Amino acid sequence: MSRVYRPKDLAEALQMRADHPEAAPLAGGTDLMVTRHSAPREAYLNLFNVEGLSGIEVIQGGAIRVGAATIHRQIACSPEIQRAAPILAEAARVIGGRQIQNRGTIGGNIANASPAGDTLPVLLALDAQIEVQSAARGARLIPIEGFFKGYKQLDLAADELITAVIVPDHHQDALYFRKVGTRAAVAISQVILAGRVKRVEGRVIEARVAFGSVAPTPIRAREVEAALIGHPVDPRAADALDVHPIDDIRGTAVYRRAVAHRVLRTWLRAL
Amino acid sequence: MIVEFTLNGEAVRWEMPPDTKLLDALRVQGLIGTKQGCREATCGACTVLLNGRAVFSCALLLAQAQGGTVETVEGLGSVSDPHPLQRALVDASAVQCGFCIPGVLMSAKGLLDQDPNPSEGAIRRALNGNLCRCTGYVKIIEGVTLAAEEMRRRV
Repeated sequence: MSRVYRPKDLAEALQMRADHPEAAPLAGGTDLMVTRHSAPREAYLNLFNVEGLSGIEVIQGGAIRVGAATIHRQIACSPEIQRAAPILAEAARVIGGRQIQNRGTIGGNIANASPAGDTLPVLLALDAQIEVQSAARGARLIPIEGFFKGYKQLDLAADELITAVIVPDHHQDALYFRKVGTRAAVAISQVILAGRVKRVEGRVIEARVAFGSVAPTPIRAREVEAALIGHPVDPRAADALDVHPIDDIRGTAVYRRAVAHRVLRTWLRAL
Repeated sequence: MIVEFTLNGEAVRWEMPPDTKLLDALRVQGLIGTKQGCREATCGACTVLLNGRAVFSCALLLAQAQGGTVETVEGLGSVSDPHPLQRALVDASAVQCGFCIPGVLMSAKGLLDQDPNPSEGAIRRALNGNLCRCTGYVKIIEGVTLAAEEMRRRV
């Protein structure tokens, strides 16, 4: 039988995190409860409905702070996110099915660190920052790209909790999100593409091309980004793509590589 | 662990092992209308409303219902006095084996509580986490549409 800790607010949650490192942080449970049968945990630390951990607010510079325990449904319906980062709302609308969107959280999607996490390439494309906190050392901000260190490996100490995601305002950039799966709802993604391009006088000055489900972590395709910089968008930049997915029950490596290239070219052609 | 919450309009206080899933807690207490299908947050048979939102009770701890409001199919209506959704699914011939229906009803109620006049697209999106292997969904969507019309008439 596992123990369950139920903190009331963030301060108590951080203290419990430090005192009970064996307790798995539990938010919506849409991943953790599913694997409980095969990977039972000694204890759980409930983070759902903990005061100070959820909600969406506009902060300085027009950036959006999304509390870690904010559910996907709230992100999908948020006018602030719709304006500053519509691809994040789009991803939240197609993650799982409605019951997952009503319970799963953005912090949980990050903490679970699945290569197929639908919001993760989007956060990479948006240059999001992860806010983590501990009782002993307070808060620190980590650029999302450095946060995923390897397959299910995060830059997160044993006494830290993910407390928020900071998403800069990108409403003036061209943004793109595409999820490919076997059906529109519930299916785990075979390829996810999130992209962002900033242009001045027609020339690309900033490019982010991020993929999910093609590597052990969500990744940026820097070779494509480099090919895009400095001139008008050329769809042939997609040919620079160099990803190395694996075969699994959801698709073969060959299929994934072909689809990744195809969705990328489709986006670049439409730009 | 003691968990206090509101179940189908009544305050309850259940004492169960701390890691009991909400689905198991309901069924142990005799509320077997909520079905166990896949038990891995995929099929939707175990759908209940928690604080008005449709969720998978197989992916929730009872402990996480503390202080909340839970609605199950038992709270919806009875044979003698069915909820408009229950009536409409029967009228639309949307029920075949029936195993998915308690979950479908709760997802549909979650939708109609928020949006009394949903488009077909909104109904499809609200039901996208509920699998039905008999009907092909068309009759279910007709049923929910019928129920929405009936409920708007009653208001």
